[in-house]
Amino acid sequence: MNYPKITYTGWRKGKDKTAFVLVCLFSLITMFPLFFILWDVVSKGYKNFNLRLFTEVTPSSMDAMLARMNGEPIPGGILNGITGTVLIVGMAIIFSVFLGLFIGIYLADNRGKRFAGVVSYLTDLLQGMPSIVIGIITYAWIVKPLSGYSALAGSVALTIMMLPMIVRSTEETLKMLPVAYKEAGLALGSSYTNVVFRILIPSGFGGIFTGILLAVSRVMGETAPLMITALGASVVNWKVMEPTSAIPLLIWDFYNDPNLVELIWSSSLLLLIVIFLLNWIAKIVARKWKV
Amino acid sequence: MESVKITNGKSPILQLKAVSGSYSPGSYAVNRVTTDIYANTITAIMGPSGCGKSTLLRAINRMHDLYPHIKTTGEIILKGKNVLAMDPMEVRRMAGMVFQQPNPFPTMSIYDNVLAGYKLNDIRLKKREKDDIVEQSLQSVGLWDEVKEVMTKRGSFLSGGQQQRLCIARALALNPEILLMDEPTSALDPISTNKIEELLLQLKEEFTIIIVTHNMSQAARISDNSMFMYLGELVEHENTTQMFTKPQNKRTEEYLTGVFG
Ligand SMILES: Nc1ncnc2c1ncn2[C@@H]1O[C@H](COP(=O)(O)OP(=O)(O)OP(=O)(O)O)[C@@H](O)[C@H]1O
Ligand SMILES: [Mg+2]
Repeated sequence: MNYPKITYTGWRKGKDKTAFVLVCLFSLITMFPLFFILWDVVSKGYKNFNLRLFTEVTPSSMDAMLARMNGEPIPGGILNGITGTVLIVGMAIIFSVFLGLFIGIYLADNRGKRFAGVVSYLTDLLQGMPSIVIGIITYAWIVKPLSGYSALAGSVALTIMMLPMIVRSTEETLKMLPVAYKEAGLALGSSYTNVVFRILIPSGFGGIFTGILLAVSRVMGETAPLMITALGASVVNWKVMEPTSAIPLLIWDFYNDPNLVELIWSSSLLLLIVIFLLNWIAKIVARKWKV
Repeated sequence: MESVKITNGKSPILQLKAVSGSYSPGSYAVNRVTTDIYANTITAIMGPSGCGKSTLLRAINRMHDLYPHIKTTGEIILKGKNVLAMDPMEVRRMAGMVFQQPNPFPTMSIYDNVLAGYKLNDIRLKKREKDDIVEQSLQSVGLWDEVKEVMTKRGSFLSGGQQQRLCIARALALNPEILLMDEPTSALDPISTNKIEELLLQLKEEFTIIIVTHNMSQAARISDNSMFMYLGELVEHENTTQMFTKPQNKRTEEYLTGVFG
């Protein structure tokens, strides 16, 4: 049989070139905002990015104003925000990993079942839920009944936001594992639970861990849902049932206070560094921990 | 099925009585297979692709339980116990399985892979017991000298043939009554295949082996008895020499002489 000859004419080559140039151009354009953000945050943030940022709580507006009039640096840092973020996000990680693993395992193993379909659909819905709505729901569920803003309420809001991402990454990772591992484990007389927790989860650790890191880096900067759940605090708080600050909440406060506005940049810089680090670690883990 | 002359010991270790396997109601991938398997023999299951070899093998250790739509009926008696009425986990500890693709657990060391059966069954062992089981199991698959220096490395670090022997060791570590193997050498090179065949000949002193194979010369080389299956039915189960020289059934003869399959 004669196959049609595929010619590579000048016209086709020209079209290829144009497309290539356009792709490069557009990629460059989308990179611009990122470069500007980075430039702004670094150039304005490095000034106050010092030990004080990590060791002192937010100064009062009055103190900051006096310092500014005397030409002194801002007399405080964001320790209360850092500890608050650690507390709130930390609890959210525990809750969402615990729940997300179980739901993800369930979904990976029950494809095609009716209830699994419903759960999967709800997970998608949750993923698209605006964060402010999640905040308001948490307010109604936790803050109101417990009559008070708290770190716990904040972490519940973040848990709801992280959950769909962790469910999906667990589910997808487990689905990609060869069925042979599961069968080999069960063929040794193992219980299903032991196969899941001693073989499947460790084998899929890279994917699951990456999902958790990305989920964390997504909720780190969430402000809206925390405003109406954790509220904020000007002191370091480790109590789960007390109002608590967080880095993004402080950034919002600084934005509203001309005396503290300089701290926006160093706080943002810190947030960006942490998020970049998380993404970077996620990449390495995903690459190294391949089975 | 007529005239079954099987090389045997005294009493059968495994009895199949009208065993059927079905993936969808009304159609049978394995249809009323009845036969006996004797201790310390190697039995080869042969037959064209899709004739139900894997389905039959996986019925014996209740692997079909993982997939609710698969139904197994009939009676399977292993060491006097009714397999289909037992706790599947107990059955699987009695009947070790080796798969077509070597599948050591990727996150476990070689050492832990051998002990995986104990770990997964929550059986706690002393360090001494562990070391003994690992050494003995690896010795019996001829892997001990090759891996004793690299015991903490991942199982996936080994070659394909070594991985498959590790998987056999993993199954043997639980001291099963019977070893079920589904084309265990079809993913391996000739040298590794050869090693495993020699290994099986040694292992039958202690264990009973059922091996599904597409490789007729392999069946001829290592098996005592051979089963020939066709369209879900057991056509012939005979002493291997007998089957290869004077098959009773026309289908068997056609298959063995390469007319089909
Ligand atoms: N998971 C499954 N779902 C539905 N039908 C199946 C499934 N697995 C096997 N079958 C069917 O059951 C029959 C027997 O399959 P089986 O895998 O036991 O054959 P086999 O003899 O092992 O073949 P092969 O030599 O190719 O491994 C085939 O007709 C096949 O199409
Ligand atoms: Mg098969």
